[in-house]
Amino acid sequence: MRAATPVLMSFALSLLAATVFGGPAAADTTTLRMTWYSDGNEGEVMADLLKRFHEQNKDIDVVLDQVPFKAINENLPVQLASGQGPDMARVVDMGGLSRYALDLRPLLKDPAYWDSNFGPFLAWMRPPGETQAIPGFMTQLTVSGPFVNKTLFEQAGIAMPGETASWEDWAKAVKEVAGKVQAPFPLALDRSGHRFYALAVSEGTKVFGANGEPEVVDEGFKRTAQLVYDWHKSGVMSKELWGSVSGTAYRGANDEFKNAQVVMYLSGSWQTSQFAKTIGNAFDWVAVPNPCGPGGCSSMPGGAGLIAFKGTKHPKEVARLMEYLASEPVLAEFYARALFVPGHLGLAKKGIDYPTASPDVAAALKVFTASAAKISPIAYRTQGYTNSRIIFNAVISRLGQAVSGETTLDDAYKRITADVAQQIAERNKK
Amino acid sequence: MTDSPLASPSARGTGAAVLAELGRVVVLPVHLAMRLLDGPMRGIQRVIGARRMAYLFLLPNFAFFGLFVFLPIGINIVFSVTGGTALFPSERPYVGGDQFAYLLDCGSYLDPGTCREDHFWRGVANTIKFVVFQVAAMVLLSLITALVLNMKIRGRGFFRAVYFFPVLLSPVVVALIWKWILQRDGLLNAAITTLGGQKILFFVDPSWAMFWAVFVSVWAHMGFYTLILLAGLQAIPADLYEAAEMDATPRWRVLLRITLPLLWPNMIVVIVLALIKGAQTFDEVFVLTGGGPGTATLMVVQYIYETAFSNQVQNFGLAAAASVVLGVVLFVLTLLQFAAARRKEV
Repeated sequence: MRAATPVLMSFALSLLAATVFGGPAAADTTTLRMTWYSDGNEGEVMADLLKRFHEQNKDIDVVLDQVPFKAINENLPVQLASGQGPDMARVVDMGGLSRYALDLRPLLKDPAYWDSNFGPFLAWMRPPGETQAIPGFMTQLTVSGPFVNKTLFEQAGIAMPGETASWEDWAKAVKEVAGKVQAPFPLALDRSGHRFYALAVSEGTKVFGANGEPEVVDEGFKRTAQLVYDWHKSGVMSKELWGSVSGTAYRGANDEFKNAQVVMYLSGSWQTSQFAKTIGNAFDWVAVPNPCGPGGCSSMPGGAGLIAFKGTKHPKEVARLMEYLASEPVLAEFYARALFVPGHLGLAKKGIDYPTASPDVAAALKVFTASAAKISPIAYRTQGYTNSRIIFNAVISRLGQAVSGETTLDDAYKRITADVAQQIAERNKK
Repeated sequence: MTDSPLASPSARGTGAAVLAELGRVVVLPVHLAMRLLDGPMRGIQRVIGARRMAYLFLLPNFAFFGLFVFLPIGINIVFSVTGGTALFPSERPYVGGDQFAYLLDCGSYLDPGTCREDHFWRGVANTIKFVVFQVAAMVLLSLITALVLNMKIRGRGFFRAVYFFPVLLSPVVVALIWKWILQRDGLLNAAITTLGGQKILFFVDPSWAMFWAVFVSVWAHMGFYTLILLAGLQAIPADLYEAAEMDATPRWRVLLRITLPLLWPNMIVVIVLALIKGAQTFDEVFVLTGGGPGTATLMVVQYIYETAFSNQVQNFGLAAAASVVLGVVLFVLTLLQFAAARRKEV
């Protein structure tokens, strides 16, 4: 008993000290969870910014859960539906997840700042019919566009088509280059509905009918589908990308482009920092303006938004964090270090300095920023449409079947129309 | 306790003594617990009778199965008769048999292109094709391998280990290894070009893609079935072979008249397991081909996964209905297999 007394005493004192000194602080600390995916170094940059935020706001601790892009599209919706989602997440399918979004407007100190700087993009994040909510901000504005292996063009001795060249001009040029330098992929398009629409909008598709509902298969759409189909037949595009997977699976050509096997690669601005890092001095590459068609030379806008969710138990703290991250100096630093095209109108107007960018990267970002100015209103509307991914997925799934020879283009058109109607009906079932 | 084998004199080496002590430490609490339970168990037996005690012992396991097998099956059935995109059954509108009607709406079941949900039927057709080729190849190759490994050959233990090794690998690892071998710049194409041939795009041609899906699956799982057949072969009494040898019976006749008939129960196990596993194939083929090109290697389970999870509209109802259809088919197949086995035994 004599031996046990000092042990018990010291235990009791430790407990008291923990209650007096550690207790209140620990109890007052709010932990927020942010789910995040990265294409390049933006996860590191965000982690750094969150650390700085915590130094200034000791009462809020943010846990950054870095996950693969696939988890954002497939797991996050289930988590949110079950009420087990994070407080915030970086998402691409903003329309699809808009029903879970938290309206930050009543919690923000200066909602007008958000309206004026993120205004056009807020519509992408709002649930249908909602016109006032502020669910989050854009971590970047992306612009789809082609990267070209300049070295392969030089080796082939062929001049690159000019700024207003059509898709057909580029297809002809890259096929010639690939033939001369023995590159297996003259033209590569990410197997993604979003990228397909970079062509389709330029080819004049309208996407929506007079009643505002989607009418996907129109003349512009058919022209584009025929182009993609013919390119696969003639060898401009290799079946290995669009024809080697099934359904809605995304398939990029990053590795093939990095290995100098692709002459022209239609992807987008988000790849810039990755290519700068992985290609290095292996060959010269450039970003070129989106090729043109009867509908113009439009790219597809896109991007990722950091969205707050209404399932959060700490809306005030979430709003404080969002205000910090969306503030002009912090966001400017984020865009500059992550090498992103700004999704903040004020910063876009002022222009971002990219101090770490190499000349290649700076030039590419300049091209993408210029492309952003030429984006068609149809492209903006399509991107902002709540069910856009239903359309995108139906298109690649069915067109993929036609490309691999399983169905005809006409059958693919019928199936796309049916798939879109069926899935929208399923979503609207109450 | 002193007469326990653990404490026998033969066990009293240095290491053995330690093991014996350890064994006693482990056994003692179990022994005590058993003694404690003894009284209540006798009481229960007195009340419900000895025969009903069997059900009492089955109950804990049944509760476990109920929670993790029967409850999910029940939830799946509920989802199959509801619609919409909500996750919780209470928020999902009842649609009756609509999901099944949509799924089974076909002009001709032999032509998936005429079906409303053609992806499901393409998955069904591919799965049947996959199962037929895979089970045939699997049974034949496993049998040949088991017969050879049952012979007195040099390095028999080594070969048995080698054939079993792929079974230990994760299906995803298996698929990735073969993807590296088969892709455009993979090992196989490197070998082909070194020999002066042209690169073959294995995952672009539908027939090649299906061939490799079957091949990789057989490669990965053959060891398991070989082991089952090997166990069956070793259980055949040696005196039957000795008698056959004394009669100078030809080898092929020994195989047909002694080995195969006596191996039949093991063959049934192999066929049933291969059939069920084949129909459930997903991960290997998904990683290897992604279901492509087009939908040439899209399996039913991949269809279910994509419909429920990877499409933007996560159609749990349709996926659940497809799961029910698959479950029923598997159940019927298993019953048929068992009926066939029973008839053979009679």
